[in-house]
This record gives sequence, C-alpha cells and structure tokens, in this order.
Amino acid sequence: MPDVKQLAGPQSRRKFLAVGGGSTALAAFLAACGSDSDSSTGTTAMSSGSGKSETAEFGKGDVGILNYALTLEYLETAFYADVVKSGLFKGADLETIRKFGKEEAEHVQALTQAVKSLGGKPAPEPKTEFPLKSAKSVLELAATVENLGAAAYLGQAANIESPEVLASALAIHSVEGRHAAALNTLMGTTITPDGAFAKPADVKTVLKSVEPFIVG
Amino acid sequence: MSNRLERKEQFANPELATVNVDADSEDLSRSEVLLKGALAAGAVYGTLAVGPFVRKALAMTGSSDVDILNFALTLEYLEAKFYEEAKSRAKPSGELKSLVNLLAEDEQQHVEALTATIKQLGGKPVAEPKFDFPYSGTGGFLKLAQTFEDTGVSAYNGAAPMIKSKEVLAAAGGIVQVEARHAAAIALQNKAEPAPAAFDKPLDEKQVLKAVEPFLA
Repeated sequence: MPDVKQLAGPQSRRKFLAVGGGSTALAAFLAACGSDSDSSTGTTAMSSGSGKSETAEFGKGDVGILNYALTLEYLETAFYADVVKSGLFKGADLETIRKFGKEEAEHVQALTQAVKSLGGKPAPEPKTEFPLKSAKSVLELAATVENLGAAAYLGQAANIESPEVLASALAIHSVEGRHAAALNTLMGTTITPDGAFAKPADVKTVLKSVEPFIVG
Repeated sequence: MSNRLERKEQFANPELATVNVDADSEDLSRSEVLLKGALAAGAVYGTLAVGPFVRKALAMTGSSDVDILNFALTLEYLEAKFYEEAKSRAKPSGELKSLVNLLAEDEQQHVEALTATIKQLGGKPVAEPKFDFPYSGTGGFLKLAQTFEDTGVSAYNGAAPMIKSKEVLAAAGGIVQVEARHAAAIALQNKAEPAPAAFDKPLDEKQVLKAVEPFLA
C-alpha cells in the first residue's frame, strides 16, 4: 500500500525525514532531493543546502518556476501551431490540436501576466523547430511533450512559495494532464503511464528532452 | 513539517498593496495570506474571477492537512465505490470495460494512499459513507463519471494551495493529475472535449460537498 513517501517519489523518503521547519525547510528539501539516481524523473535539486532552486536559471523563486513553465508553454504553443500548418491532420483530430494549441497560448498569456505581477521579467519566446514527418510521429511527439509538461508542473508544485502562484499552476497542471491523456488515447496507449500516482519530472530531465526542438 | 505559507512575499502589483502582508510575521492569519493569494490569482484567472476565488480560498481557511486529506478521502471513497459498482451495473464493454477497471483500481489506490497518509500524520481517517448512485445504463454511468472526475479535479485544485506539508502537496499533485487524466478519458467516451478549458478552476469545500451530497445515501 503506497503511503505519502512513495507517492511523492522515491527520493522523498529522505526528504520526508530531512524537512524541518521555517526557513531551513527549503534548503533541507532541496538537499534531500539531490541524489537518488534511480529516479530520472524525481525532483533533483541543483545543489545541496545552498537554497538555490532548480529553476534558478529562469529567475529567483516563484518567478523562476513561472518562467520555466512559460518556456515550456511557448514550446507547446509553437508546436501545435506548426502541426496545424503542416496539413497532416483533418477533421476532429485537427480540431483537437487547434483547441489544445489555443489552451497552451492561454497558458502563455497567464504565465506572462503572473511573472509581471510578481515583478519579474517574462522569459523570452524560444525559437523552435519540430520534426513533422507523419501524423503518427507528430501524435507521438505531442503525447511525449504533454506528458512531460504535466510532469514538469508536478515537479515544481511543492517548490512554489505563494498560494496564488500554486493555485494558478495547479489549474494549468491538470489541463496538461487532460491533454496528455487525450493524446495517449489517440495513440492507443494507457492514459496513466505512471499508474494511480503521476510522477514528477525534474528541470534537468525536462530541459534535456526539449533541447532538440530549441534552435535559438 | 514545513509551512509553505511561512514565506515573505512581495508583489509588484499595486492592487495588492492593501493586503500585502509579511508572511514571516507570527500573528499572520492564514486568511490574510489566502486573501492576498486569491487576489493575485485574479491576474491569472481574470479580474472577474477574483470575487468567487476569494470566497473559495477563504472557505478552506483553518483546515489542517488531515482535514484536507479526509475531505479528499471522502471523494475517493465515492469514486472507488462508483467504479467498483459500475463494473457490472454500467455494463461496460470493449474499451470502456478496460477503462472502468483501470479507474476502479486507481481510485481504490487513492483511497488506500490517503488513508495511510492520514494515519501517518497522526489523524483519523473518516469512515466510508454509504453511497447511492442514481443512473441507468452505460450512458447514465458516463455522464455521472464525468461529473465526479471533473469535480474531483476542481476539488483538489481548490484544496491543494492550503496544504502545509510539501510531501502531502506533492502526493496530492500526483493524484489530481491522474484525476484529470480520468476526466479526459471519460470525456472522450462521452464524445465531449477532453480539455474544455485552459484552466481547471478550483472549487471550494462547500461547492464540492453540494455536488456530491445527492449521492450520499
């Protein structure tokens, strides 16, 4: 029977023991997440005890997390726009792709606004390029991107400091989960590849996965 | 156990100045933090959504993690029972049969995980209520399933920002994403949109209880 430790991923066993109170909690959390190599999708931290977040390269604290999410949403939006233009899809499938693309664009807008409301500078839109060879390979890529996107949000949820940013991220996170399940259904694969408890993905894993599609 | 609300927060948005509080302050009430959060969330949901969201956020004020988990457990009991019963009652066949089996299994695992977590936190898991699901046939089942899954997603999204422990929050996140996946799969079975909106808005406890009350026997 899974308990909270298993639910939060294999790395959380140590995290659970290590987390204290007050301002040391974040550092302890990060330190405790660092080194379980058996979990490529765990929330791996960049450094131990420095208080530096995984998303530091995107900005400080919640701004960094939001900008990380914004970068992924830009990527998803560009992907769907390219897929619509590719002419590989028609009818109901094309409508689904259009709809998902529109929702990703709304996420971009919302995250941009949220970064600004926290006094941050929104991350720039990356230049992207996607291999769009066949309908099947595009659907596969879409499913991969959405499952990864959902896992990316889940990987950051517990790092978010302010309740309003968390509420917003959660409202987006579950929509990414819906997209992922719908695409998995179109592909004929399981809607819940991680089983009853979705697994998080860390920043490193996510960025490595999307790197091939970012050209500048 | 860390408290996610115990952080100093600054907002550039001047609208928030009146409710901006030092979250490190000892006498800070949770409702102040939540009120501030709700107002800033308006930046994402749109200004029109701020009013209802404030009320939703405040409605959960004062709830402990055990309270929130017990609230979630009640919903998971409902879903688990609903799908277990549906295996025969909804007469699912083919693809839907596999889906019902999967959902029944997932919800049962959620029940077990939440029960274990509540005990681990030193709480007492709520007893399973008796349910009564008024539907007939596969169509009726699918319609009700959609209501339950969508309500489940919004219930977790509404309650999760009030969770204090990072571990519990991460666990709840892992569950809500699965509920969202279920909701999408059921929607496809209903020939409806799997992701009807760009944001799964939160529901507060009262709204959720109102939604599930008719099914408590």
